[in-house]
Amino acid sequence: MVRELQTSGASNAQDGASVKITFKLYASLTPLLPGTGTDHATGVEVDPGTSVLDVIDQFKVPRESAHLVLLNGVFIAPEERHKPLLQDGDTLAIWPPVAGG
Amino acid sequence: MAWTRNVLRVNLTQGSCSTEPLNMEWAEKYLGQRGLASKYLAEEIDPACDALSPDNKLIMATGPLTGTMAATGGRYSVITKSPLTGAIACSNSGGFIGNEIKNAGFDMIIFEGKSPKPVYLLLENEVATLCPADEVWGKSVWETDEILHTKYQDPLLRIAGVGRAAEQGCLYASVVNDLHRAAGRSGVGTVMASKNLKAVAVRGTKGVGNIRDPKAFFKATNEGKRALAENAMTGEGLGALGTQALMNVINEVGAMPTRNMREVQFEGASKISGEAMLEPRESDGKANLTTNAACFGCTIACGRISTIDPQHYTIVNRPEYMGNSGGLEYEAAWALGSDTGVDDLDALTYANFLCNEDGYDPISFGATVAAAMEMFELGAITTKDTGGLELKFGSAEALTKSAELVSTGEGFGKDLGLGSKRLCEKYGHPELSMTVKGQEFPAYDPRGVQGMGLAYATSNRGACHLRGYTVSSELLGVPVKTDPLSTEGKPDLVKAFQDATAAVDSSGLCVFTTFGWTLEDIAPQVDAACEGNWTAESMVEAGERIWNLERKFNLDAGLTAADDTLPERLLKDAAKTGPAKGKVNELGKMLPQYYEVRGWTPEGVPTDATLERLSV
Ligand code: SF4
Repeated sequence: MVRELQTSGASNAQDGASVKITFKLYASLTPLLPGTGTDHATGVEVDPGTSVLDVIDQFKVPRESAHLVLLNGVFIAPEERHKPLLQDGDTLAIWPPVAGG
Repeated sequence: MAWTRNVLRVNLTQGSCSTEPLNMEWAEKYLGQRGLASKYLAEEIDPACDALSPDNKLIMATGPLTGTMAATGGRYSVITKSPLTGAIACSNSGGFIGNEIKNAGFDMIIFEGKSPKPVYLLLENEVATLCPADEVWGKSVWETDEILHTKYQDPLLRIAGVGRAAEQGCLYASVVNDLHRAAGRSGVGTVMASKNLKAVAVRGTKGVGNIRDPKAFFKATNEGKRALAENAMTGEGLGALGTQALMNVINEVGAMPTRNMREVQFEGASKISGEAMLEPRESDGKANLTTNAACFGCTIACGRISTIDPQHYTIVNRPEYMGNSGGLEYEAAWALGSDTGVDDLDALTYANFLCNEDGYDPISFGATVAAAMEMFELGAITTKDTGGLELKFGSAEALTKSAELVSTGEGFGKDLGLGSKRLCEKYGHPELSMTVKGQEFPAYDPRGVQGMGLAYATSNRGACHLRGYTVSSELLGVPVKTDPLSTEGKPDLVKAFQDATAAVDSSGLCVFTTFGWTLEDIAPQVDAACEGNWTAESMVEAGERIWNLERKFNLDAGLTAADDTLPERLLKDAAKTGPAKGKVNELGKMLPQYYEVRGWTPEGVPTDATLERLSV
């Protein structure tokens, strides 16, 4: 279960039974994130055991567009994305295919 | 052959222009552009010569695919000995001038000697004339462009020139073409100005023919274009946000050099990012980015066209800066922004405009200002030196005023024009210069991207991301994802990137195609276009040959393995935040292995066997 954090930070989950993460979407994915400022981030509360893919699906990010997936700045390979990796305080940031130099 | 087989040789001392045949034997070994012109340079000058003396030469070179219908086939390079590094310099630029040189009937222009008086070269379909430059000397690139266009009444005249920064001896001056494209790095513009050569104005209408196998060329270039269009990075990503899409990425992975590389993450990154360039501003409701743009023949179109907020302090009552011009690329945004701690997007855009207007490298400029800011904080540089300028990290005013001073070479602008290495030496803090071989770092902190540390240390033109962009693999997963924090396999990875890039840089194509193409896509295009047996393998071999030729030039110029290193800060001071927290760059682990895979001695010298194998 993935819930957007209210500004009050109120949680439906029982104490200790949920984790709060920061979720960021960039480039063409930014519009999928409700009500963000220039930091492209929103607070999200998830149940323990939630995977990266759960969050991706919840926010309707097309899986093929979730190209660069960084958990606390570290790349999460496609084969890792279904695992229950998310922990309290994590930052999950996702980009569509981008390049530069 | 896609070659005109003509070289234009301009002897500036004598004021003469002559045509000679292109050395096709060399073209079959070194391909074109970077490789072939480096061969000419290595054969024709003493690598130990003074870069700013008449003994140095400056070559403007196209590749076999320049001016053809191949996607991005409009590139040219400026090859010379660098006054900034003392090493070989090769700066690549897009825009339209490369195509125009080829269409005027030349593959390459070699400038030698020094003109007794300022001149510019007018080249109209094989007719080359040296003209007195009195009316443009002392003017900016933009003014020069306007004056020459007005004079010749030909909007399609393509112009590459130097600005006041180069004339004033700024050591990282660029050669700017088509107003905002530049052969930017290593001070190639400084060499051009030292020869009293202000500009090259070209008009060519001859067409580029002589394709070796037109049918195969059609097929290969069309397939190539389809592949670029279908690839998400080259088909969509680069066009949308340009290279500036990387600003937030590199900050998130903790490899964003910040405040003269003291830190690896910049709190203001999102404010100066590609995303921020799309946000409407309060004053006029427009976004910083007006549109993307393409160089000649390019189907990727990563270029940025931007305006500055008309109410921004830099341009109030200055309508000449209110129009559209070349916007921020990631490298410029990083150097002008994160490295100086400035998060004012309009101030960065203004500084970037000035870099184009008067021709100097925004990377070296930003990094030099950053070093000056650190010394200012330490009290090693004071307002007495700067003429009252408070050079504080984060000060947009300090950044934009510094740019104005470098543009004209006035006051402290002369010192800033020395580049980071000489500036830090002058003010007693050589350890604060974030350079390799005297050239300033680009936008990836090698503590967070280990392979880039090795790529920087061994780059033949000093710190540079474009000589072996392992970021592509280490961070973006192209062609395969590797761990940015590990040194494992990096010597081989760096070598592979360096060799492949040397080949692409010699073809006339843009290196950004390699986000969508491998050499398997490029080789058939080159092979169908020109002589030589070009396969992916033979291109890699040519790339390796070019790399060793450049290395040999540098060794003959007096550089040694001791120059293959990084500043102590990156080797000893661990990253403070992000995934690389606690890490330094482990160059010492990678370098000996790199020499080995290169077939060099432990002292970094190509062995006879290696030179023989590659027939350098
Ligand atoms: S990809 Fe960008 S830099 Fe390269 S040729 Fe195209 S527009 Fe120019």
